[in-house]
Amino acid sequence: MNRGIARLRDCMIVGGLAIAGSTIAVPAHAQQPDRSAPPKLAAPRDVSLPPIVKRTLSNGLPVWIVEQHEVPVASVSLVVKSGATADPAGKYGLASLTAAMLDEGAGALDALGLADAIDYLGASIGTGAGFDASSVSLYTPVSRLADALALMADVAIRPSFDGNELERLRKERLTSLQQIRDNPPAIGATAFPRLIYGDAHRYGTGLAGTTASVTSLAAADLRAFHAEHYHPANAHLVVVGDVQPDAAVAMLEQSFGSWKPAAAAAADSKPLTTPEPRARTVYLIDKPGAAQSVIRIGWSGVPRSTPDYYAIQVLNTILGGSFTSRLNTNLRETHGYAYGAGSGFDMRLYAGPFVATANVQTDKTSESLTEFFKELNAIGSPVGAEELEKAKNYLALGFPGDFETTRDIASKLTEQVIYGLPEGVFNEYVTKIQAVTAADVERVAKKYVTPDRFAVVVVGDLKTIEAGVRRLNLGTVRVVAMEEILK
Amino acid sequence: MRFRVMFAAAALLLSASSAPAQPAPQSSGPAPATQPALRVPYTHFTLPNGLDVILHEDRSVPVVSINMWYHVGSGSEKPGRTGFAHLFEHLMFEGSKHVPEGAFDTWLEAAGANNNGSTTRDRTNYYIDMPSNALDLGLFLESDRMGYLLDIVTPALVDGQRDVVKNERRSGVENRPYGMADVKLDELLYPKSHPYSWPVIGHMEDLTAATDEDVREFFRKYYAPGNASLSIAGDIDIAETRKKIEHWFSDVKPGAAVEPNEYPAAVLTAVTTERMTDKVQLPRLTLAWLTPPLFAPGDAEMDLVASVLAGGKNSRLFKRLVYDMQVAQSVSAYQASGSLGSEFYIVVMARPQEGKTADEVIADITRIVDEELETLRQTAPEARELARAINKSEASFFARMERVGGFGGKADQLNGYFVATGNPDYFNEDLARYRAIGPDDIRAAVRKYLPADTRVELIVVPEGGAQ
Repeated sequence: MNRGIARLRDCMIVGGLAIAGSTIAVPAHAQQPDRSAPPKLAAPRDVSLPPIVKRTLSNGLPVWIVEQHEVPVASVSLVVKSGATADPAGKYGLASLTAAMLDEGAGALDALGLADAIDYLGASIGTGAGFDASSVSLYTPVSRLADALALMADVAIRPSFDGNELERLRKERLTSLQQIRDNPPAIGATAFPRLIYGDAHRYGTGLAGTTASVTSLAAADLRAFHAEHYHPANAHLVVVGDVQPDAAVAMLEQSFGSWKPAAAAAADSKPLTTPEPRARTVYLIDKPGAAQSVIRIGWSGVPRSTPDYYAIQVLNTILGGSFTSRLNTNLRETHGYAYGAGSGFDMRLYAGPFVATANVQTDKTSESLTEFFKELNAIGSPVGAEELEKAKNYLALGFPGDFETTRDIASKLTEQVIYGLPEGVFNEYVTKIQAVTAADVERVAKKYVTPDRFAVVVVGDLKTIEAGVRRLNLGTVRVVAMEEILK
Repeated sequence: MRFRVMFAAAALLLSASSAPAQPAPQSSGPAPATQPALRVPYTHFTLPNGLDVILHEDRSVPVVSINMWYHVGSGSEKPGRTGFAHLFEHLMFEGSKHVPEGAFDTWLEAAGANNNGSTTRDRTNYYIDMPSNALDLGLFLESDRMGYLLDIVTPALVDGQRDVVKNERRSGVENRPYGMADVKLDELLYPKSHPYSWPVIGHMEDLTAATDEDVREFFRKYYAPGNASLSIAGDIDIAETRKKIEHWFSDVKPGAAVEPNEYPAAVLTAVTTERMTDKVQLPRLTLAWLTPPLFAPGDAEMDLVASVLAGGKNSRLFKRLVYDMQVAQSVSAYQASGSLGSEFYIVVMARPQEGKTADEVIADITRIVDEELETLRQTAPEARELARAINKSEASFFARMERVGGFGGKADQLNGYFVATGNPDYFNEDLARYRAIGPDDIRAAVRKYLPADTRVELIVVPEGGAQ
C-alpha cells in the first residue's frame, strides 16, 4: 500500500505572507462543494507583532511592556540572566534549588503565609532556573496586580532561605532523583546528556543536580548565589497584559525600584566547551521487563547564537519537528513502531544537545534503530521543493499563533532578553524562514546531523534487545549502569 | 468590530481594601447573579443535516480554530471492543474520499496549521488551529472526513493505526510507573459491564480484535452530523463563515438518531481494598469515591473540596503530610467529572521510612487522611480557606479566555458547554456554581460524598520492598 507522503498540490503552496493575485475562494452555497481539489488559500492577513514599550526603573532595572487588553490579566516575568550554567563545580543544582527556595518564605511572610497571600489573590507565582537564566513569574487578575507585585518582589528580592524549608525541599529533590529510576523516558533524558558531555561539563547533569551535589548544598550557598546573581543589573522585567505602560511602571517602581545594585560585580563565568567528536558509540541501559525501548540519538548541537538558526529550524521541521516530518512518518505512520518520533536542537547560550528520539516497542528496537539511521543519513541529501515549501510555510504561517496569550508573548520576550536577540527579531522571522533554500538545508544537515559520530542511547529490556542491537554493528556497544548516569 | 470578553471587577471575592494577610470578611460573598461577569458572544444554528454550529468572533490574532465534537467516547463501547472510540479517532487523520492518505496533515502543515484529536469516556474532539486565510481548507477537510471517511478504510489502514495505538498504550500504561494501577482503579470502581470500568485507551487484546468492519459500523452509528457539534472561534466574519459552513457540509448526509446507551448503575457499598506491586521507588495510596456527574449538584463542591484538601501549601493534606510530617512526596485530590458519573480521588505518594514496611507507611498515611476527612465532616472550613479556593477557581476562568484554539481554548469550551448544558456561553453560570458555595456546603459534601465506609483503596508497593 502507498504510505508515502501525498503529493502537495501547487495551489497549496504559499510563498510568502502577502501574495498578489490570490483570490478568496468562497463558493456559492447553492452549489455542491467542489471536492476535486483542496480549496485555494486566500492571502494571509498581514501580521504585525505587538509593539514593545521599553522603560527603565530608577535603579536601572529594564522593563519591557506589551499591552494586551483582551482579558483582564497580567503576566509578569523577572528574568535573572544566570542559570544552572553558573553552578560551581560540585554544586550542581544550586541555581535550581535557589530558585525553588525563593517562595518558601520571603519578606515578612513565612512559606505558608506567603502561599496563603498569593492564593488568596487568585494569583500564581512560579520560580525556576534553566541553564541560561532564572526567573520569577507572576500571573494574576490585573485588578490584583499591585498586591501581587509586592509579593513577587519579596520572592525575588527578599527570600528567607529558611533552614527548615531547605531541608524539606532537599528531601523532596533527593526523592525525585531516586524516582528517575522508575521511568524509562526520564532515564533516557538523564543518560543522554551525561554520555555526551560527561560529568565535568554542566550540560552533562540535569538542572536539579545529583544526589551528592544536592546533599552538599547549604543555605549559605543559596544566599551567595542569590547575592551574586539576583540584582538589577543582571535582571530584566517583562510585563504583558491589560496594563497601561505609565501606570505599570509606577507600580513596578514601587515594588522593584528599591532593589539595590549588587555589592560586588559578579565574576565573569567561563564559557562552556563543546565536546570533541567521537566515533559512534551505542550505550545500553537495562530496564528489565520494559514494554518499550527509549531511543535517543545525537550529539552536541548549536548555541542559540548560531548564524544557521533559520536554516536549522527548517531542517529540523523536515527531519523530526512536525507531524509529517520524516522521522514521525517513518517510525509511526509507516511502521507503527512508536506512538511518535521526533528531533530537536536544544539551543542555549552554548551548544546544547541535538537529539532524535522515540519510545519504540521492545520487539522492534533494532528495526527502529535501522530506520532512524536511514533518516539521519538521508537528510544530508538535497530535500525536494515541495517538502521544503511545506516546512517553511508550517513555520512561517504558524508563527503569529505563538503570540496569542499573555504568557506566549512573555515567553518570546524572555527569549529575546536571555539571548540578546536583536531589535525586531520576531518581525523578521517570517522573511528569514522564507529565505532558506534547499542548499542551506543541505549544508546545515551535513554540518550538524553527523550520524557517524552520534551517541546512541537505548534504555530497555536488555535480555530481549541487546543481541539485536549488537548485530546492527552501529559502533562500540557499552552497557552502562544506572548508577553511572545518576552519580 | 472587535468582540471582547467582558468581566466585572466584582467577580473576585476580595474587597479593594482588604490586605492579603487579613482574613476574608464573612460578608465577602459572591457578586450578585444579575451582573454577568463573563460573556463570550456566540451565534448558534443547526444545519438541515442536523449538525449544530457555534461561531465566536475574536480577531486578536489572525488565527481561527475549527473544533468538532462527536458525542461518542469509550462510554459507548462494548466489552470486547474497548479502546475502539480512540482507535477510530486515529483513523480520522488518515484521509477520506477526496483526501489521499497522508494529505490531511501535509496540506494543513503547508498552510501553517496544527491539528489534533482526543477521546474521553464521553466524547471525541478534533481541532484544527490555522491562519484565518486557510479556513476553507479546514472546512473542506473537516467535512470530507465527516462525509466520506469510509471510502478509504481498509484492513491495512486499521492495522497501521492499531500498531500506533498499542504503542500509545505502552507509553501511557505498561511503560509508565503506576500505569497498571490506574487501569485497575476503574475496574474496582465500576461493575464489569459499565463502560467507565475500562480505560479509554482500551485493553491490548481488544485493540488486536478490532476490524475494519467495526470501523464501518461505528462510523455509521456515531459519526453522523446529528451526533456532532462544530464550534469555530477566532478571526472570522460570522455571516461569511456561516455561508462557508453551509456550503462545505451541504453534501454530508444525515444519519439515524443514536439510541442512548444502557449501562448498569455504579454504586459502591463497602470498602474495596486492593494491593499491587510495581517497579517503583515509592509506595502510593489512592482513595476513590463515586461522586455526582458533571454539572450535577455536588460536582462544583467536590472541585472545591479538592482544593481545600490538596490545592496549595496551606491545603489540609499537603500541609499535614508533605509540609509538616514530611512523610509524603506529594499529594493530590481531584474530581474527575463525567456525564454518567464522576470520581473523586485522593492520591498520596509516600516516602519510604526506615524501620517500616511500605504497607505500614501506607497504613499510617491512610489514618491521617481519614483524620482530615473526619475533621471536614464535622467542621466547616474557615471562610478564608474557602475564599482562597474560590478565588483560584475564578482566576482560572480568566486564563481560559486567553486562547481560542487547541484543547481547552474558547472554541473547545463553547462546544463543551453546549454539549453539557445546551448553552455554549455557560461561562458565567459555571463560575456562579463556585461562587454560591459556602463553608457549610463543603462540610456537607464531604459527609455525603466521601464516606469512610464506602470507597476504593488502591495501594501500590514497590516490587521486592522499598529500598
